[in-house]
Amino acid sequence: MNIWIQIIGILVALGVLGWLFRFAGQKATNNKPFFRDMTFGVAFGYALGAAVLLWILTTYYKAITADGQVEVNKYFFFRTVIEWFVKFSIAAYLFRLVFRYVGTAGTRKLFRNMPLTASFGIMIILVYAFVAIFAGVIAPHGQEEVFAKVNVLPGGDPAIGGDPDFPLGTDQIGRDLLSRLIYGAQNTVGIAFATTCLAFLLGGTFGFLAATLGGWLDQLVSRSVDVLMAIPSLIFALLLMTIAAAWAGSNKELLTVYMVLIIAVIDSTRVFRLARAVGLNIVVMDYIEAAKLRGEGLGYLIFREILPNATAPLLAEFGLRFCFVFLTIASLSFLGVGIQPPLADWGTMVRDLGQFINFAAFSPQTASLPLLAAGAIALLTVAVNFVVDWMLHKSSGLKE
Amino acid sequence: MSADDPLLSVKGLKIEGRSDETWNPIINGASFDLQKGEVMGLIGESGAGKSTMGLAAMGFTRDGCRISAGTVMFDGVDLVTASAADKRALLGSRIAYVAQSAAASFNPAHRLIDQHTEGPTQHNVMSRAESEADGIELYRKLRLPNPEEIGFRYPHQVSGGQLQRAMTAMAMACRPELIIFDEPTTALDVTTQIEVLASIREIVEEYNTAAIYITHDLAVVAQMSDKIKVMLKGDEVEEADTRTMLSDPKEEYTKSLWAVRSFQRPSKPAVHTSATPVISVQNVSAAYGKVPVLHDVSFDIHEGRTVAVVGESGSGKSTAARCITGLLPPTQGHIEFDGQMMPLDYRKRDRMQLRQAQMIYQMADTALNPRKTIGELIGRPVQFYMGLTGNEKRRRVEHLLEEIELEPTQYINRLPSELSGGQKQRIGIARALAAEPKFIICDEVTSALDQLVAEGILRLLAKLQDELNLSYMFITHDLATVKSIADEVVVMKDGRVIEQGPKDDMFTPPHHPYTDLLLSSVPEMDPDWLTNLLNERGVDNIGDAAVDKM
Repeated sequence: MNIWIQIIGILVALGVLGWLFRFAGQKATNNKPFFRDMTFGVAFGYALGAAVLLWILTTYYKAITADGQVEVNKYFFFRTVIEWFVKFSIAAYLFRLVFRYVGTAGTRKLFRNMPLTASFGIMIILVYAFVAIFAGVIAPHGQEEVFAKVNVLPGGDPAIGGDPDFPLGTDQIGRDLLSRLIYGAQNTVGIAFATTCLAFLLGGTFGFLAATLGGWLDQLVSRSVDVLMAIPSLIFALLLMTIAAAWAGSNKELLTVYMVLIIAVIDSTRVFRLARAVGLNIVVMDYIEAAKLRGEGLGYLIFREILPNATAPLLAEFGLRFCFVFLTIASLSFLGVGIQPPLADWGTMVRDLGQFINFAAFSPQTASLPLLAAGAIALLTVAVNFVVDWMLHKSSGLKE
Repeated sequence: MSADDPLLSVKGLKIEGRSDETWNPIINGASFDLQKGEVMGLIGESGAGKSTMGLAAMGFTRDGCRISAGTVMFDGVDLVTASAADKRALLGSRIAYVAQSAAASFNPAHRLIDQHTEGPTQHNVMSRAESEADGIELYRKLRLPNPEEIGFRYPHQVSGGQLQRAMTAMAMACRPELIIFDEPTTALDVTTQIEVLASIREIVEEYNTAAIYITHDLAVVAQMSDKIKVMLKGDEVEEADTRTMLSDPKEEYTKSLWAVRSFQRPSKPAVHTSATPVISVQNVSAAYGKVPVLHDVSFDIHEGRTVAVVGESGSGKSTAARCITGLLPPTQGHIEFDGQMMPLDYRKRDRMQLRQAQMIYQMADTALNPRKTIGELIGRPVQFYMGLTGNEKRRRVEHLLEEIELEPTQYINRLPSELSGGQKQRIGIARALAAEPKFIICDEVTSALDQLVAEGILRLLAKLQDELNLSYMFITHDLATVKSIADEVVVMKDGRVIEQGPKDDMFTPPHHPYTDLLLSSVPEMDPDWLTNLLNERGVDNIGDAAVDKM
């Protein structure tokens, strides 16, 4: 009961504050349209936003002035999140600033009109790509290398059980976690990228063919896709992976190839739907009719007339699809049927290190280990989505 | 406000639009006054700022635009600085707006009457029941069929002309003092247009409503307005009352607008009866699925001649073109090219046969692949049919660009989006010419263009015909275009050929009654034309009503 009274009291106070803010604004600016035409909902929003910001600032102040290990631990995650948020924002801002003056005229113009979220996304994707490509050079140790020191704590401080050689510590059988995280980029991201490309090749080809030719081919492919889409994709993938595991036997590379094929086929159904819908809109254009009347063949129609006009939505879908594929692989690995050990993979790491989360109260550094792998997944997903949003916005803006 | 103060007074209005991070002027200072009950025609080409100005008269700008200077005084209130709440009280009740496309402006999910009563109930002018009764009264005044019942239909259940009138009724619902009409008849057929024009004029007079009538059609504006304001690229050109403006325009630009309709090709000698026609359409019938759309259509097109195919939307003009190109194989009859039978399906025609018949489309926007440069667009047929590559291809493309009067070096690497509407249409012509055809189908090629630009395209087509001895099938609903370019005319209605013959015969009486109706529905520059026509024929013998009687 008490909590409800508190919530209602806070809401009423915020409402009054919002009203006062608008009233004061009207008086102070002599009825500028901004304050004059402001609805109460917007004024309330400003008050709420200000209150949340204030709470964040006071809590952060408490966190940096916290005394004693228990207090510091209490604010550990909050403080880390806020600090990394600020660091990433500044990095993205600088990244955008640099590319406004470096590069070709085209990219400079691109970065001038870019929102901060998109430049953050591009920066993160570039970092991931760099890490994935040069994993072997960057990583201090091999991903399968086993050391005598097991369960080394992260932080590199020998006093609390760390080791400067292993800045993020080692796992239960003594593998360096930093190296595994870096190699994970190569395995998880690389396999996801290959799978997405394959899904687009399959789905895009059939989608455009169905849109251009229509008739029984369209019916046949579309209905088959409907059947595949009717089965929940993760369950379907699990089922097929179980069968594939039996076929592959002990050959782990073959199992990975099977996994790529299975996820590509399942995800190509979504790509097919999009390619067909976009294709259908383009096929009715007069320029396609003109090309048909010229006597052009199917290949020219699809690759030279339709494809260039479908790149914007397909590219945006590529970004989203990549995230889904990436999450599916991580989920399958987490469930134990995806990328097989000893290959490092973020999904597997989350599962293996999962129980450390229990130490959150007294050793937040240890508890952050599974969160690092999960965060690596989340960060890439967010980054890709930012870029996709921006591209969608741009391509729809061009249509006007 | 005293009695002789204007209802609407716009002074020094400047509007800017944002693109490429800078504010570019759209209107550079416009001023005008509008008295109670006065109708002002606002004319100019597309891009002249007519619509922007119409919206600004309501104190409104589109997204990305702003009013940077000037005032819009409506009955003592400055709409530029008025608060959102003040504007809400005025818009809809005292100022109303009729958009170009009624079909796109009605909410398809609600009945007409429900949308009609929204304004009056919102502004507390009438109760819902009163407003409904009033709506029926307005429908009757606008001569909509079945006024009691039509309001209970959904927008897709009534025709385009009726919808436009229903929209005018909706604008009238609160008896506003000012209505802004933004090209309300541009998308309609001539016979439908005349009906809408007559209704709008009548109801505006009856309620003494002031109006701003935006259009690019001079003949229409001559019928509707008391005074005319001409705009060019955001600048005012001149303003005067309608009769003065028509008889004695001051500015060069206005004079050139007035002169557009005078373009006329000399008649050609009659075709030798024994000559083989380039295209001969013989007893063609066609259907979309099971719905028949063409019935026993026959006509010939001779070398170096232009045959205009006219008719309203739905008359089967474009379907006839689709039959000739082979996109819609006819169910009966056949098509001969130079005396040779053509396969009916385009897929069965060889490259030579496809090359000989080319097509130019109405919407150059959708007819040119937006991702290809002009050089690629024109170069493809050159390479595909003529087998030219490299420098030879480039030279041919440059030659074609010169032919259509565009500077090759300047345009060859541009994308279609970097061209104006008229230039795009010229590229469409060049692409058709690149195949070196004998015969070109022009499907409403000028109807999406401004009159001055359209005239340029017509002149170009005429020049090319003289140079290359081309034959044109010219599909259009605009009889002014027919008069200027055609040698022979084919009139179509409901998928049948009603009348055909040389142009001079077609434009001199006696006509088939339908041809007569079409011809008499084309607005003329004379400001008394509509009044005379109404007096002569009576309100029930114009437009759709007259078509239905046939």
